[in-house]
Parts: sequence; structure tokens; C-alpha cells
Amino acid sequence: MKKHILLTTTLAAGFGLAAGAAAAQEVRFMCYSDGNECEVYEDVLSRFEADNPDIDVEIDVVAYQAILENLPVQLAAGTGPDIAKVTDLGGLNEYYLDLAPYVDRDYWAESFGDTLDWYRAGADDDGIYGMHSQLTITGAFANATLFEQAGVEMPGEGATWDDWAAASRAVAEATDASFPMAIDRSGHRVAGPAISYGAQLFDDEGNGQLVDEGFTAFSQQFVDWHEDGTMARDVWAGQGGSTYQDAAQEFINGELVFYYSGSWQVNRMDEQVGDFFDWQVVGSPCGPAGACSGMPGGAGIVGFEQTEHPEAVAAVIDYLAQEDVYAEVTARTRNLPAHLGVASGGVEFEGASDAAQAALNAFAADLPNVSPIAFAYQGYAGNRAMFGITVERLSQAIVGELSVEDAMTRMAADLESAMAESQ
Amino acid sequence: MLAILTPIMRIIEIPMLALQRLLGINRLAWVFLLPNLVLFGLFAFLPVFLNVVYAMTGSDNVLLVDRPFVGARNFGTLMDCSSYLDPNTCREDKFWRAVWNTGWFVTLQVGIMVGFSLLTAIILNRDIRARGFFRSVFFFPVLLSPVVVALIWKWILQREGLLNAFLDWTGIGGINWLVDAQWAFTWSVFISVWAHMGFYTLILLAGLQAIPRDVYEAATMDRASPWRTFRKITLPLLSPTMLVVLVLALIKGVQTFDEVYAFTGGGPGTATTFIIQYIYEEGFAGAPRLFGLAAAASLLVALVLVLLTLVQLWLNRRNVDG
Repeated sequence: MKKHILLTTTLAAGFGLAAGAAAAQEVRFMCYSDGNECEVYEDVLSRFEADNPDIDVEIDVVAYQAILENLPVQLAAGTGPDIAKVTDLGGLNEYYLDLAPYVDRDYWAESFGDTLDWYRAGADDDGIYGMHSQLTITGAFANATLFEQAGVEMPGEGATWDDWAAASRAVAEATDASFPMAIDRSGHRVAGPAISYGAQLFDDEGNGQLVDEGFTAFSQQFVDWHEDGTMARDVWAGQGGSTYQDAAQEFINGELVFYYSGSWQVNRMDEQVGDFFDWQVVGSPCGPAGACSGMPGGAGIVGFEQTEHPEAVAAVIDYLAQEDVYAEVTARTRNLPAHLGVASGGVEFEGASDAAQAALNAFAADLPNVSPIAFAYQGYAGNRAMFGITVERLSQAIVGELSVEDAMTRMAADLESAMAESQ
Repeated sequence: MLAILTPIMRIIEIPMLALQRLLGINRLAWVFLLPNLVLFGLFAFLPVFLNVVYAMTGSDNVLLVDRPFVGARNFGTLMDCSSYLDPNTCREDKFWRAVWNTGWFVTLQVGIMVGFSLLTAIILNRDIRARGFFRSVFFFPVLLSPVVVALIWKWILQREGLLNAFLDWTGIGGINWLVDAQWAFTWSVFISVWAHMGFYTLILLAGLQAIPRDVYEAATMDRASPWRTFRKITLPLLSPTMLVVLVLALIKGVQTFDEVYAFTGGGPGTATTFIIQYIYEEGFAGAPRLFGLAAAASLLVALVLVLLTLVQLWLNRRNVDG
């Protein structure tokens, strides 16, 4: 009888434990990596799970394309994950879970400052929707070895796009490098230079607007640079649609003198260039409008309103937002921090060479030069539509399908109909 | 066997007889058709119906309840042109560029491919050495995934690819094939022909082998020249097969997407953007996602494909009757 009671008790305890485990709230986190982010989150969140046994975080690692194309459809259909790492910060706002009721609002406001606006619906919205997990800024890499070999002095601080174009052409000519300059095929990447040429990107009412004098001036210059061989034609003319294309491989191969991309390329440069040649980050050149602006950007972690476990979702994101955890993730993933406390304390990037450390510091130092227009553009809900239109129509002008004037007319019409469909 | 089946049949017979009494013998047929009808309804008719609904609604919302009815507006947007011959005069110029690109692509690709397939089939039908090996060689590209085909050729044709390395070595000098609109289009046609002609060669070869030998023997006895034999015997007797090949190739040509998309991405500019890529980009890759416009465009493509199929059926029937 005693034996029977013992067996029954053991079974009951076993079932009880199993039921407890089954009752743990499962939180699905859709994650993509630029480098090793998801791997680091998995490690860091295993500690969170140990401290919170009632929450089980499942990380689904997906390709970046899935975040861009599949996630919005899943969210619209109500079958999305609980948490995701996203880059279309303002565009997915309608699906975000407001974390404000669950987190310390003052801590978040103090730590993440203006980047909180990027996730909001507009000026009237004061919700807390996302933790900006990695800050990026666009800027240029220069092949210092080619400059040295060519005996051309690298343009200094305050140099304009024209100065860099002239210098890069001289270097390419002297060293037989294939391309003087390249800018990634992305609407986000050309936004900084366009702002430096005077593009306003918003009308008086704060609505997105692509075509104005400044934007047209930059577009004309960009097309001219493709025609005279200053810009690598392969990047913008080698693709169709709004497909992204970078020129990192050309730079890594030593074929490119000046490469305008962004801070997220530092790890790749560090690992793949090695001691093949010396490279350095030279920030964003200045334009005729006086600005020397890059574009901020990056990715953030958001929760979704359709989750069945809002408290658990908020707890996970809040854990990642804590200064010590954020600092650890930043150091291990070698990203620029958006957390003001972490940024002001400085980050010792794990395993970064002197060149990479210097490059990341140079990008961080360029942040004050970022125009307010660029900050606003990054948080604008319609920016993805504007990026796509820019790439498609500018590419058509580059390959000669449209004149710059026609491309501008098409851009304005495309944006108008895109905005009408989005409302 | 019959001993096992008989009791089973008896068991089935009882409810079937009851059903027959209930519905009548004519209506009972629908009971047998029901499983198929349900499957077709779910996976063929319902998607078509949904496509029509999406084409007649607007906004970038996925859920139908959130999409306002816009009638034929999406079709109107696509068809709004001053001159259909000049995409620049069209409101949705990208659609018409894609239509024209597809038109040229299909004309060239189908023409060249059917011609080469016929030539290859005739050669492979002769008693040549290593015939089996060559049949395999021509069919091999058909087995490759379209993305693999695209990547192989991209590797060959990119700026520092194999072909340019060879041209540099010969002193001719390389060409940036994929950055020039005309070259990119030409290579897209070539690659598509290379990748698919094996399939059509196989069909034509089967057609050639079905022509009775004695007809050729009679022609030889009458001292007909090879060209006359080809024109008066091979071509007419192969025409039903040719028709199938032509229509299949046309339909496949209009549907071209994956290979060229992986090869050129539709560029430079829109030089190799075809209609299916346009639909994909409007509906899924771009922002905002214009499901209505994409659905309307896909219905127009479906209309063209239905017309092509009807032409095939009509020609087939004419051949059989004639």
C-alpha cells in the first residue's frame, strides 16, 4: 500500500511539473542577423529564461528578406511572432505592442531618447514600442593605401562630394583601380547625400516629398557621375527593381577608392580586408547646401499587439534594454549603441582590431553631423516606399530609360499613388 | 481475391443503394464527384475568385474586410496610356515596359528555342555516333533548378567572370554584359533557350519517331530530295507535336520569372523586367504592397494564357478533324 501511495505521489508530482512546464508562456522572437546578433540574443536570453522560468523564449532565425517581405504579411493576417527585430521602424507601427504600461517610462525615455520617436505613429503618439538595438549611420570608407600609392592627399574634414569625386578619380587613374566611387544601391544610402545637396524630403505639412531642387540637383550629379565613370556602374545598373546591392566586395577586393555605405560594414571590412590594405572611415562628405549628413538607421526589437502574452513580451524586451545587458550585447555584436547611457560610457568592442575600433569611433563621432531631416526621415512611416521609388527611378535615369527630369516626375507620381494606397 | 472483396463490396453496397434511393441515379454521380470538386474548389476556383476580389479592391491591407471596393480602378490604372506602344506615355509605365519586354522575350525565345529544338531533334533522330550521350547532354540543363542556371551564367558573364577572362586572354577585351541593357536582354533569351530546349527537343524527338518509316522509304524510292522530304513529310506529320511544343513554350515564356530574376534582377533599369516580376514586385516586394494592382495584372496575364490555350485547343481540334 505504501509503495502504491509513493508511486501515485511521484506520478502526480511528475504530472504537476509537466503541467507547470506546459504552462510556461512561449514567446516567439523572429530574429535576423547582420553579424552574430541572434546568436548573442540566444545566449543572453537563456539567462533571462533561467531567472523567469515561466517564460520560454523561442528564437526563430530568419533571413533579412523574411523580415522585409514575410513579416508584414504575417502581421496583417494575425499570424506573426510575439517579438521581432525589424528595420521598417515606423512602417509597422500599427502592429506594435505599447510597452509603456509594463516598463519604467522614465528609464526608457532617458536611455533611448529620440530613437523612441522612430517607432511612433506621429507627433501625438507617446507610446513606447521598440528598443533600438543597433544604431547605424551611413558614411564612407576610403582605401588609404590607394591614396598613398597615387600620391594624392585624402580630402580632409569638411571636404565636399565634389572634392572626394575629384580625388577618387585621380587615385583610380593613377593606380588603375576599377572604380573611383560607389554608393550602395539603396534609397536609404542616397538620402544622406541628397540632404547634403539640399533635399528637404518633407513638405510643409510634414508629408513625405521626394522631388525638390536639392533632390533633383543630387540626382543629376549622381547620374552624371555614372555617365563619366566616377561611380561604379555595376552597383546601380547591375540590378533591377528596388533590389538592394552593395559594393562592399569591390572595396574589399581593392578595386574601389571611395565606398559610401555604413557602420554595419565595419566588421566585414575588418575580417575580410585584414592587412591587404589600409582603410579608414571618412564620414559623410558635405554638399552644396552646407550639410554633411549621413542617414541614421539600424534595427530595433519590437513586440506585437497580437501576442497572447503582452507582459512576457514586455519583460523580454525590457530585459534586453537594461544598461548592463545592452552594453554586453553591443560589445559582443560590435554595433553602435543607441542606448545613451551605454554610448556615453563608451564601448570596448569584443575582438575588434584597432582599425575596426577606430572606424566605429569615427562613425559614432559623425552622429552630431546628421541632419534633423535625416532623423525625421528615418522615423517616417512612408520611408520604405520613398526608398524603393528612389532606387527604381534613379536606376532608370542612370541606364538612360528616363531623363532625370522624367525620373523626378515619375517619383512624385509614384509617391502620390503609394501614399493614397497606404491611407 | 474475389472471396475477400465480395463481403467488402456488400458492405459498401448497402449505404450506396440507400443513397441512390434517396437521391436518384442521376444525382448520385455528384456524390462521386464531390471530393474532386471540393479539392478543385479550394485550390483552384477559390484562389481565382479571391484574385478577382483583390483586383477590385484597394489599399495595402491584406485582409479583405479592410479593403475598400474600387471597382475597375486597378484595371483602369494599368490600361491608362496615351499610346500603348510607348510605355513612357502610360500611367503605370513599369507595367507596360514589362508587357513589351515579355512580348519581345517570348517572340525571340520561343522562335529560337523551337527552331533549335527541331534541328536538334532531327539530328538526334539520325543514326549518329554517341546518340544516347548527346540526348542526355541536351536534356541535362532541364534538370537544373532555375536559380542554379541563373547563378552558373552569372558566374560566367559577370564583369570578372569566365567569359571576360577568356576574352581578355584572347586580347579582345571583356564587356560588362550585365550592365548593358541590350546585352542583358540578349543573354536572358540565350540562357532561357539553353535551359529549356532539351525538354522540347525530347517532345519533338518522340514526334519524329512516331512518323512511320515506310513513308520515308516511299519518298526515297520516288527520289525525293532531303529538303522536299522534310517539307512535305516531316513537317506536316510533325505539326500536331509542333503545335503542342509551340503553345507550351509560349505559355512558359509568358510565365518566365525565377531564372531571369536571379540572373539580372530585372535590370539594368527595367530592361529584363517581365510581367511576372512586375506582379511580384507590386504585390510582395515593394512598399506599400499594391495587392490590387498585382491581382489585376495577374488576371490580365491569365486572360492571355487562357487565349493561348483556347487557340491550342482550336488548332488541335482542327488538326484532328482535318
